[in-house]
Amino acid sequence: MIPLVGAHARRLLIGACACVLVLLASAPPALAIDPVQMPTPELQARYLALIQEFRCPVCQNETLADSNEDVAGEVRRQIRTMLLQGKTDAQIRDYLVSRYSEFILFKPEYSLRNAWLWLLPVALLALGTVVALRVIRARAALVGEDDDQEDGDLGPRVDSR
Amino acid sequence: MVPELGHFALILAMLLALLQAFFGIAGPALGRDRWVAATLSAVAGQFVMVSTAVGCLILSFVNFDFSVRYVAENSNSALPLFYRIAALWGAHEGSLLLWIMLLACWTLAVAIGTTRLPQRFAARVLGVLGFLSFGFLLFTLVTSNPFLRLEPPAADGIDLNPLLQDPGLATHPPVLYTGYVGLAVAFAFACAAMLEGRTDPAWARWTRPWATAAWTFLTCGITLGARWSYYTLGWGGYWAWDPVENASFMPWLVATALIHSLAVTDKRGLFKSWTLLLAIVGFSMSLVGTFLVRSGVIVSVHSFAADPSRGTAILIFLTIAIGAALGLYAWRAPSLRSNGGFELAARESFLLFNNILLVIAAATVFGGTIAPLIADTLGQGALSVGAPYFKPTFLLPILPLLALLSIGIHANWKRGRLGDSRGALLTTLALACALALAVVLGAYSGRQLLSYVGVALGIWIILSSLVDPIDRWRRKLTLSRAVLGMTLAHIGVAVVVIAISLVESFTVERDIALAPGQSARVGSYDFRLLGVRPVEGPNYSAERGAVVVSRNGRTITTLFPEKREYWVRQQVGTAAGIKNEYGTDLFVALGDDLGAGRWSMRAQVRPLIALLWLGPAVMALGGFCALSDRRYRLARAGAQERAGVGPTERPA
Amino acid sequence: MSSNEAQTARGRLSFNRFLIPIAVFMLLATVLAVGVKHSPDVGVIHSPLIGKPAPVWSLPLLADARRSFGSQNLRGQWYVLNVWGTWCYACRDEHQSLLAIAQHTAVPIIGIDWRDDDAQARSWLAQLGDPYATVATDHDGRLAIDWGVYGAPETFLVNPSGVVLFKQIGPMTPDVWQKEFASRLPPGLARGHS
Repeated sequence: MIPLVGAHARRLLIGACACVLVLLASAPPALAIDPVQMPTPELQARYLALIQEFRCPVCQNETLADSNEDVAGEVRRQIRTMLLQGKTDAQIRDYLVSRYSEFILFKPEYSLRNAWLWLLPVALLALGTVVALRVIRARAALVGEDDDQEDGDLGPRVDSR
Repeated sequence: MVPELGHFALILAMLLALLQAFFGIAGPALGRDRWVAATLSAVAGQFVMVSTAVGCLILSFVNFDFSVRYVAENSNSALPLFYRIAALWGAHEGSLLLWIMLLACWTLAVAIGTTRLPQRFAARVLGVLGFLSFGFLLFTLVTSNPFLRLEPPAADGIDLNPLLQDPGLATHPPVLYTGYVGLAVAFAFACAAMLEGRTDPAWARWTRPWATAAWTFLTCGITLGARWSYYTLGWGGYWAWDPVENASFMPWLVATALIHSLAVTDKRGLFKSWTLLLAIVGFSMSLVGTFLVRSGVIVSVHSFAADPSRGTAILIFLTIAIGAALGLYAWRAPSLRSNGGFELAARESFLLFNNILLVIAAATVFGGTIAPLIADTLGQGALSVGAPYFKPTFLLPILPLLALLSIGIHANWKRGRLGDSRGALLTTLALACALALAVVLGAYSGRQLLSYVGVALGIWIILSSLVDPIDRWRRKLTLSRAVLGMTLAHIGVAVVVIAISLVESFTVERDIALAPGQSARVGSYDFRLLGVRPVEGPNYSAERGAVVVSRNGRTITTLFPEKREYWVRQQVGTAAGIKNEYGTDLFVALGDDLGAGRWSMRAQVRPLIALLWLGPAVMALGGFCALSDRRYRLARAGAQERAGVGPTERPA
Repeated sequence: MSSNEAQTARGRLSFNRFLIPIAVFMLLATVLAVGVKHSPDVGVIHSPLIGKPAPVWSLPLLADARRSFGSQNLRGQWYVLNVWGTWCYACRDEHQSLLAIAQHTAVPIIGIDWRDDDAQARSWLAQLGDPYATVATDHDGRLAIDWGVYGAPETFLVNPSGVVLFKQIGPMTPDVWQKEFASRLPPGLARGHS
């Protein structure tokens, strides 16, 4: 009834090709195992750091380091070439952005355009602290008004969760 | 026949959900107690219908019914039984059905668990849940029906995505979704409270166990996902700040804030509007996460099929649901008054900062995740946000939070009286710093400040959490399950923090190329390739390597990484060889055949990563412990609960 | 919180505070709606080359690998650069369109055979027809990276000053040609021969 293991059922569905494209992200994020040895440890470290910084242009949210795609391999090779040519990290970054737009970066640039993104957490933290302190000040003023409430059962050393 | 039955059951379920929503909301509002009682019947009916539908789909999978399109797209005649069943939630349509199933289960649980609550309130809760069920069922039937047929039936299926053919598939989605959907319960309680115009904090006490349960499942679900990707994807990463991962993390952050805020509202009647808002926002994050993952608006390795029409439908639904809830909030929250006071160093104060810092963290992650959308709306072109953004911005609110945690545990309610604990706090802090120094410098000879800070904070939290329990144990006092649960959960968090600090800073990773017999040094270990030979699996053929790992000449283990090719989809997958040695993972993944028996591979040494799995396990244990506290035993609930006036006497 | 104990004098202020969540949510819903509208475009990289000078390039010819061809051969004229490969299904799809376009336009279509086998490419063109004025080969992807190409097929329009005017990502169709390429060419070049 059910074909046993060993019988390769390689028949594809009619019209399944279209479905395959539409299905759960089927591009396997197979790793890009690239045993590369740059001439100096310093270059090697820079290379490894750089390939983590950039997005693989064709993949769904993978770094150059992790992607098996050919394009990613070529961009990695380009980075190696530029490193060997003595280019700085910033120059390599600019080169790639000028070709693939900021989309290729995983770290949004520090620019006026992105200011809101980088400042958001800081602003929220400042706002939150101000709000918290105002609330606490208001509430602290109320302590002592309701001394009729037993303080005894409010300590952590009693079951008070 | 079976798929038709399932389809029909789903339609009936939708109608019953609609009835449930109607009776649940209109009944109490119009004072019709018959309708209120009918809500329970609708709940039961919906549960039965949804179960039937799920059962029919499972049956279709098990019986290789390739006339059902969903089965044909996600299964194959060579797919093992285990995966045929798990394939139920392998793609969009089925995972929605899983959502609906879990929502029905939670609803049933709520119906059973609230029999001692005022029935009108309980009916409202069930009504809101019914509305949510109706929305999801409608969406499923109209846009994502799993029972659609193929005419003519397919000869064979195109197999489940090989990435999903892993035990992780059986556990991660169901557990995670249980958490997501569990937040709907807290949302429903909040909506019910607002619909009723309740100003007393009893609803907070009623909501607590549900929120804690949802939080526990979310914790487990996220960890299972991280572990699955770590073991399966071949590169040993456990968290990539991918939008879909963030979509599960944000509800967790908000849920954590929620359970703490509920404690304050329960205990002292404060933070009422905060707690309401958190309950709404928590589930909203679940919904928005669902939207992000299924609408194709973001770039992610995990996202489901992109379909703008589905995206629009989900967006409409979530706008209605969240908009209504927030509208209720704007209406009711102003009338919530409370008259408690507390000092700067009081527990309430610490929990206030807890709320705020967690919300900031969630907002930051959210901002980063939808930043590409925002840039698009503003017409600014491409914006790409990844780990280099999330890491520092997430730490900004979280590091202070971790520090405050150690101190806040010792604060009394209302009047902090931290002076009493000053000695204990300073001692534990000193001890933590010293131990952290020993670990970071001694064991790992690293000089990263951040890893030191992380480890120190983690150890401090553990020591600080243990002060009280140890003190009570010495004085032969009992420790309630709730307090024990809290302690365990905090310790669990600390363990995770320590694990991440160590793994992020001291992982050694190298791509190497080896011929049989050759070895390479990675960290303090030697990896030697014995050879690679072909093997066959149930629905794949693979190349399996044997790699011997040794340290200082002593052999530790042999790893067997595989590079698989799945026949039907002709897709390549990797199965890494991993062995844990005293908490540290030795990891090898096969790369490419370089010819002449030489293979490229990636070798990693990940120190103490076992802690990363242990921590959440302890957290979850804490959660379950707190849930099993005496006060939640149904048998103890008295008539006072039914009347629902004011907080009842606290159990000693 | 602080709003709970707001005095009646501040009553109105406290009410406004509770409208903030729903206001923020409405903003968010708008952003998400825009996102859905643009979602087919997600992941498509909009080329930063547009409006900028095309990179200087020089590659071996497919017909004769010893000779090279490049941007300096095309100085002062309009040209279309089409990146393709025999391994790419969509390139096969667009081939018919390219043949038709090549028939009636005077603008040379330069083919760049990307990461491909020369012999295979030659037989492919012999079999399916050759719309290209010239075909150069890019074995190691140097030109592809330089032009920000990340998939095939991609087609560029370059003006006589060497500036890239448009980039088509994906197969070329007669519609796209009319709307984006022909519309940018001076009248007379798009149709007919100069």
